Amino acid sequence: MIKKVVSSVSEALHGVEDGMTFMLGGFGLCGIPENAITELVQLGIKDITCISNNAGVDDFGLGLLLQKHQIKKMISSYVGENDEFERQMLSGELEVELTPQGTLAEKCRAAQAGFPAFYTPAGYGTEVAEGKETREFDGKMYVLEPAFKADFSFVKAWKGDEAGNLIFKGTARNFNPCMCGAATITVAEVEELVPAGSLDPNEIHIPGIFVQRIFQGEQYEKRIEQRTVRQKTDAR
Amino acid sequence: MLDKNGIAKRIAEEVQDGYYVNLGIGIPTLVANFVRDDISVEFQSENGVLGMGPFPFEGEEDADIINAGKQTITTLPGASFFDSATSFSMIRGKHVDLTILGAMEVAENGDIANWKIPGKMVKGMGGAMDLVASAENIIVAMMHTNRAGASKLLKKCSLPLTGVGCVKKIVTNLAVLEVTEAGFKLLERAPGVSVEDIKNATEGKLIIEGEIPEMGI
Repeated sequence: MIKKVVSSVSEALHGVEDGMTFMLGGFGLCGIPENAITELVQLGIKDITCISNNAGVDDFGLGLLLQKHQIKKMISSYVGENDEFERQMLSGELEVELTPQGTLAEKCRAAQAGFPAFYTPAGYGTEVAEGKETREFDGKMYVLEPAFKADFSFVKAWKGDEAGNLIFKGTARNFNPCMCGAATITVAEVEELVPAGSLDPNEIHIPGIFVQRIFQGEQYEKRIEQRTVRQKTDAR
Repeated sequence: MLDKNGIAKRIAEEVQDGYYVNLGIGIPTLVANFVRDDISVEFQSENGVLGMGPFPFEGEEDADIINAGKQTITTLPGASFFDSATSFSMIRGKHVDLTILGAMEVAENGDIANWKIPGKMVKGMGGAMDLVASAENIIVAMMHTNRAGASKLLKKCSLPLTGVGCVKKIVTNLAVLEVTEAGFKLLERAPGVSVEDIKNATEGKLIIEGEIPEMGI
């Protein structure tokens, strides 16, 4: 067994530098690598490019890095819940590359799987396709999209073992599996780190080969963005 | 004239037994509340769940189980979770039977704009561009006019496009329309709305053939 465990978040982030490109898992605030983000804020590195579906909210998630002006460029599909983000974007302080969500996921998976690029119909005929190669297949038009290139992937899983095998929970899975092995170094943080052999190999979502470093996060706030409930009396 | 729930109720009639359905944020989310109980339907949320159920009871919310609108949800028996690439394989690969989404503008040729107002509002397209580029059955839920009374059913979209020539059907507070090669074909009127009202609220080419029935909802 090849051990992937590091003792702390600071060891896990060893080697991060100004100007690097990072992938960060999560959808909204669900399944984000909370401990890695906190450490990036503390390290104070700047001019970073973040590939992440969303940009957090003003005071949590990637919003914490935005507040400190550490992010030079965001590559996301939806950024609607963050006022500071919108302000920095509209004022031109922050460079933003909006990418269709499925294309964003596939650009991660292509990097993981060794494809340099792929054709997708998403965005054809829109400003997303401007300047990009297009091609017709069976009478339908497609846009050529390159795989992402990143220095680090920061992902969050529910459970992981010493070998770097990961299991995700619920919709906290989202972009995390696609980002594993899609950057030079993949750092996985988990709620529960268990000895090798404790997880059933049949239940593993991401094999440890895609993960270089794994650690158990000190704590998880798991903030809920839109708490919606129904009353017990409701019919449905 | 319909309110948002009325639009959702009318769209729910388009949902058929055995459909996998993707619901967008806003009015489309309400459609789930009106689907008949005697048919089997599974709702897909692009953040990675099939078999979405209603909101949880108070105290039973799980931060790890949300929908694309980031709302806490529950799952129904037979549900599954998956990653984002798999989610869009379902969408791009045409495995989802019906897509219902909102729009800021729709053009008479089926173009749709719903993600950006230059200089003012840029929320991003989320999964909308993937959905409209691949789905074969797209229904748009929208108000017929904006707050100032100007039509949102246009000859040509003025806002940056989300997709080209992709919308098939539109349900608004005033009418049900089908997008045809010749323009917006009026299919039904909302209760209490006249053909004249719909004409006045539609900038794009409106095709009216014979008697236009009132919606039966």
